[in-house]
Amino acid sequence: MKISYYPGCTLKSKARNFEDSALASLAALGFEVTELERWNCCGALFSLTTDDLLHQLAPVRVLIRAQQAGAGKVTTLCSQCYNTLARANRLMREDEEKRNTLNQFMTEEPDYHGQVEVVHFLQLLRDEIGWERIRAALKRPLTGLKVAPFYGCMLLRPKEVGIDSPVKPSILMDFIAALGATPTDFAAAEECCGAYQVLAAPEAGLKRTRRVVEAARASGVDALVLSCPLCEYNIGKQQQELAAPGGALPVFYFSQLLAVALGAAEESCRFDLNAAGARELLEERGLIAAAARK
Amino acid sequence: MSVFIPLGVLDDAVIRKIAEISGENAGRCMQCGTCSAVCPMVESMQPSVRQLMLLLQHGQSGAALEASTAWTCAACHTCLVRCPRGIDIPRVMEAIRQMVLRENLDRINPRGIPAETLAAVPPIALVAAFRKLTA
Ligand code: SF4
Ligand code: SF4
Ligand code: SF4
Ligand code: SF4
Repeated sequence: MKISYYPGCTLKSKARNFEDSALASLAALGFEVTELERWNCCGALFSLTTDDLLHQLAPVRVLIRAQQAGAGKVTTLCSQCYNTLARANRLMREDEEKRNTLNQFMTEEPDYHGQVEVVHFLQLLRDEIGWERIRAALKRPLTGLKVAPFYGCMLLRPKEVGIDSPVKPSILMDFIAALGATPTDFAAAEECCGAYQVLAAPEAGLKRTRRVVEAARASGVDALVLSCPLCEYNIGKQQQELAAPGGALPVFYFSQLLAVALGAAEESCRFDLNAAGARELLEERGLIAAAARK
Repeated sequence: MSVFIPLGVLDDAVIRKIAEISGENAGRCMQCGTCSAVCPMVESMQPSVRQLMLLLQHGQSGAALEASTAWTCAACHTCLVRCPRGIDIPRVMEAIRQMVLRENLDRINPRGIPAETLAAVPPIALVAAFRKLTA
């Protein structure tokens, strides 16, 4: 079955490290996805109003692009894109009245009924590729690295689109274990990073950053992995606002650690785009060559 | 903060308006406080999520719209997963925001964002903030 890949705007700009490492990992695993030829921003957040369908047009158009590409599934890396597309898809599948209204509005598009399935990249790894195949393909197991998952919100909630249990998920722990690292749970793994409030209520957002970083430190983790460019900004880059003692807690996109463990070319990881501490940690553990540093 | 509970017949106009916008019935809240207990933003909100639901149930729409609660909500959906009454609280928050935003009153000024911040944040932060906080 053909699988389309929907990147979303942030993966093509600030989060090249997320996209490049993920695509390099798929290549190393011999698994193929095809980027959509045309796509638009999904809108970042699913509209929670029921009396206005305007904000559903963007994600539904993306789904139509995947259908036109002949794909059975469309996959995303950004948790928010995933959530927005998956919820819009459910709307098109389940709400006949809204589906008809939207289809009638977009006369320039073919009708869409939710035929395409929206899957997050982690679901591809778990369900299509499988942890065993990943384990078998490891070139550089991340032995001894204590890694904690930061799920954030959009991978898990609401439960109709969650890729795992909304209260007791394990997918990222299993992923970390498959890389040969030591999966380490911590108290704030399913909490919110503060999301867009970083712009509107930055002090409230920073309290989130502090809470998550302190909880992770309390569990003695070496690094966090996550799946959302906004989480990465709020939990990774915003640490510089905290002036926390003990230096930065490294934050990675899950795909970066996957690429390292699979022995993919280091350029694909683009650690230069990460917040402080990420690249240094891997060098210190001998997982990437220190010589490559500029 | 102390919550003002009026005597007499409860006014359900705002509850009906919220249901119209979001499909959610805030009148079903039983004031258990679970939402406030799990909300990651609650310490920055005034009043709390539970208290906001109470304001709505008592028709205090002015206070509910002015309160920082819906504007500090990050739409994280933690409360939705935990509410024992199964209320989609994030939709209630969205409806409150929409009642203000639909009057063309933005709650974030794009021109007021410092240039360094604009250069640093991922596009997703801007798109999300403008989606939630502008008309
Ligand atoms: S959710 Fe974000 S990264 Fe995804 S397309 Fe939309 S704004 Fe861009
Ligand atoms: S943690 Fe934050 S950015 Fe990440 S999914 Fe949640 S609200 Fe979104
Ligand atoms: S968790 Fe639900 S029932 Fe309990 S106070 Fe909050 S909204 Fe009301
Ligand atoms: S959705 Fe809003 S109100 Fe509910 S827990 Fe999250 S921040 Fe709090």
